[in-house]
Amino acid sequence: MADHITLRMKVNGEDRSVEVHPFARLLDVLREDLRLTGTKEGCGEGECGACTVLVDGRVVNSCLVPAAQVQGSEIVTVEGLAKGDELSPLQAAFVAHNGAQCGFCTPGMLVAATDLLNRCPNPTEDAVREGLAGNLCRCTGYSKILDAVHTAASGGEGK
Amino acid sequence: MIGASSHRKEGRAKVTGAALYTDDKFMPGALHGVTIRSQVPRGILKAIRFGEGIPWDEFTIVTAADIPGKNLVASVVHDQPFLVGIGEEITHMEQPVVLLAHADRHLAEKARRAVSLEVEELPAILDIQSSLELQQVIYGPNNLLKEIRIQKGDPATVWATAAHVIEGEYRTGAQEQMYLETNAMVAQVEEKEGQTWVTVWGSLQCPYYVHNALKQLFDLPGDRVRVVAMEMGGAFGGKEDYPSVNGGHAALLAWKSGLPVKLIYDREEDLACTTKRHPSRTLLKTAFDADGQLLAIEVDFAIDGGAYATMSPVVLSRGALHAAGVYCAPHVKVHARAVATNTPPPGAFRGFGAPQSLFAIERHMDICARKLGLDPVELRRKNFLRMGGTMATGQVIREDLDLGGIMDRALAEIGYHDKRAAYAITNQEDDPIKRGVGFSVFMHGCGFTGSGESYLASVAGVEGLADGTVSILAASTEMGQGKNTVFSQIVAEALKVPFDLVDVAQVDTDHVPNSGPTVASRSTMMVGRILEDAAIGFKQALVQQGFLKEPYTAEEFRAGVQRAVETLGSVKCYGQYHKPANITWNDATYQGDAYPTYSWACYAADVAVDLDIFEVKVEDFVTVQEVGRVVNPRLAAGQIEGGVAQGIGWGLWEEVTTKQGRMINNQMTNYIIPTSADLPRIRVTFLENAHPAGPGGAKGIGELPMDGPGPALVNALEAALGPLRLDEVPMTPERLLARWEEVSHG
Repeated sequence: MADHITLRMKVNGEDRSVEVHPFARLLDVLREDLRLTGTKEGCGEGECGACTVLVDGRVVNSCLVPAAQVQGSEIVTVEGLAKGDELSPLQAAFVAHNGAQCGFCTPGMLVAATDLLNRCPNPTEDAVREGLAGNLCRCTGYSKILDAVHTAASGGEGK
Repeated sequence: MIGASSHRKEGRAKVTGAALYTDDKFMPGALHGVTIRSQVPRGILKAIRFGEGIPWDEFTIVTAADIPGKNLVASVVHDQPFLVGIGEEITHMEQPVVLLAHADRHLAEKARRAVSLEVEELPAILDIQSSLELQQVIYGPNNLLKEIRIQKGDPATVWATAAHVIEGEYRTGAQEQMYLETNAMVAQVEEKEGQTWVTVWGSLQCPYYVHNALKQLFDLPGDRVRVVAMEMGGAFGGKEDYPSVNGGHAALLAWKSGLPVKLIYDREEDLACTTKRHPSRTLLKTAFDADGQLLAIEVDFAIDGGAYATMSPVVLSRGALHAAGVYCAPHVKVHARAVATNTPPPGAFRGFGAPQSLFAIERHMDICARKLGLDPVELRRKNFLRMGGTMATGQVIREDLDLGGIMDRALAEIGYHDKRAAYAITNQEDDPIKRGVGFSVFMHGCGFTGSGESYLASVAGVEGLADGTVSILAASTEMGQGKNTVFSQIVAEALKVPFDLVDVAQVDTDHVPNSGPTVASRSTMMVGRILEDAAIGFKQALVQQGFLKEPYTAEEFRAGVQRAVETLGSVKCYGQYHKPANITWNDATYQGDAYPTYSWACYAADVAVDLDIFEVKVEDFVTVQEVGRVVNPRLAAGQIEGGVAQGIGWGLWEEVTTKQGRMINNQMTNYIIPTSADLPRIRVTFLENAHPAGPGGAKGIGELPMDGPGPALVNALEAALGPLRLDEVPMTPERLLARWEEVSHG
């Protein structure tokens, strides 16, 4: 087995190429090789969702994804949500509603909620609760996160 | 400014991924640290063996023999070694023995597994009862980490004559803080000019606790130790005392290797070895007259303190001081003991002893109401503390306290009386879903217990910057609670300038004074008040020196600060805690004003139990609290909602399962915290009653929401299912089924 493989992928719209260990986790490649440290590790077993990123438009726990599997893929992390200095509507709503307290679940939560709103632009509160149930938050009790998602879904209107 | 829902100062950094947490800190050439821990609960360490197949010469290895200063963690009591040495006693399953570091994280992990310990095992004590019975003496002469007695009157005088005497026994389990970011430290030790300089960056609540611990560990003066708080991914008390341990470990590896070291726990290690909420056992005995008036309360409160004292003496104190709840009785006696066991030491967790003793008294009041044939609402109302009333320590309530009003508001919001009546009928139907509504009334003391604030003598300040803005100098840390924002609001209000002109300085012991630990619901009320004074002093100095003329606009203020900085170089003003004159406390007798004030609340829960699977669903949860003036309503509501979510977890789901004292469900997969699909909208009402001790009239709120949910939920379960032996949290489905079977099939 080779010591390293060359991994080519598009990350937040940019072509990247890195030499990585054949069994490296996508999470480590993002955090250590690309130094995109916005994506967090909370449990390392796919339970908490803090490491959530999009791979070819699908939500994944990057701690469970071998980097070799994303060869040629398109990855979106929390760093890819804003357009330059302009926050995405969901990011802006998280700031306005205090959707982030300690902020450690926030990157994964934002990526998961972005995907949820892409698939279902006007979700019910129950749909948001179900949709984000794989992203644990220990600070908020989720109310302010639900408020933020609701506001973003209704185009900035909301509570 | 105070009273506005200003946006979180660091909010933008948190939503863009730019906020830097400890493991995000890039340190070129850093080694990765790992910890070898004992695998027996008690014994004598005989030898350390380094196994085959590992290039040990590439490793930095630290044992107790290497420690340059004192091998004891500076804490309330200095009893815990950083590492156990050969010939010394191992006292719990997760005790650190050897530290390793290597540049290759995977090799470091492989090496960790290759180290084995030779230990002569000794019999262990693993629970409160065995420790009290002195089955083995494992700590001091009597296994007691701390003992407290509080007495008002003498309950012994009324037992024989009272119309009713009711006794009960209650238990609460350990609980894991489950901050999303595990404990994490980065350290660097440099030798410059023949001297040692230690720096630790970490996820920590109390920079000066870690600073003290490092001074003692390395035998260094304070100016050669630097502690920097990185962005913190939650803490809830779990990063109050433990960072003195892992901060020391990281620094030892950095010192021995001469290289930066990252010591980042994975989730399994964090859950197994770091602190939890203390398990508790409470015996309660109460006497009532024929009308339901409380005559006496006697409490025997015991908590499992684990192998070392850590925060147990102070956790016990808060638990003891909340043990009689919100009730006024002529005779009260509290006997509280923190006992040693051979388990990884528990520590601070939001609520800090109060949730345990309040669970007991608030469950007990419902049980007493049933036994007396009274409505739990009216039994409580008869016995509430009021202005002029006296608590167990002799503390006289000096504020306009209306617990009946707080309770009625919560009960009205949840529809208590209508639901009780409706469920009494529907629960008779042949439907597996049974419903109940229950509540709790409670308080939480604000700030440090007793004379703690006087001993701390906290200092905080404000500094004018060259760009004319103001920077807040305090060691209080941001763990998500909103300290950056609330402090900025308080200072902006005192200076009468816009919020945007004020921000906080990075918490770095080289730059900020010791404003005390970030604990005990004290930051807003205690440090906020010091900052208010400092800001007013800052403004007055600018005016007196002619840099500023009142009244001023924001631009004039900014220009004035710029001029002052240009002229004087550095413009800072500090404030310090001053004990209010009307507060007295005696540590020896436990008499006096235990806290400067309390926050007061009533929480109500509406639950549905599915008797087919004993799953409990929380349908509605109402919180009504009087917390003085609310500085930032949206952030404050977030504190209540999040605290209640943790309280619901503790009440229903979060069970720490142990084997030989060690947590064995140490994964997120099998330690269950609430998800977004598990909770209702938590409803939050603040009743504001400005208190003079806090800035702008604010009191503390951080811990309050942890106290109420446990008893409110279990009281609701009893309302749904009838009088089962519901004396414990967490009331998991398994436990609830067992209690149901005691009655139905037992």
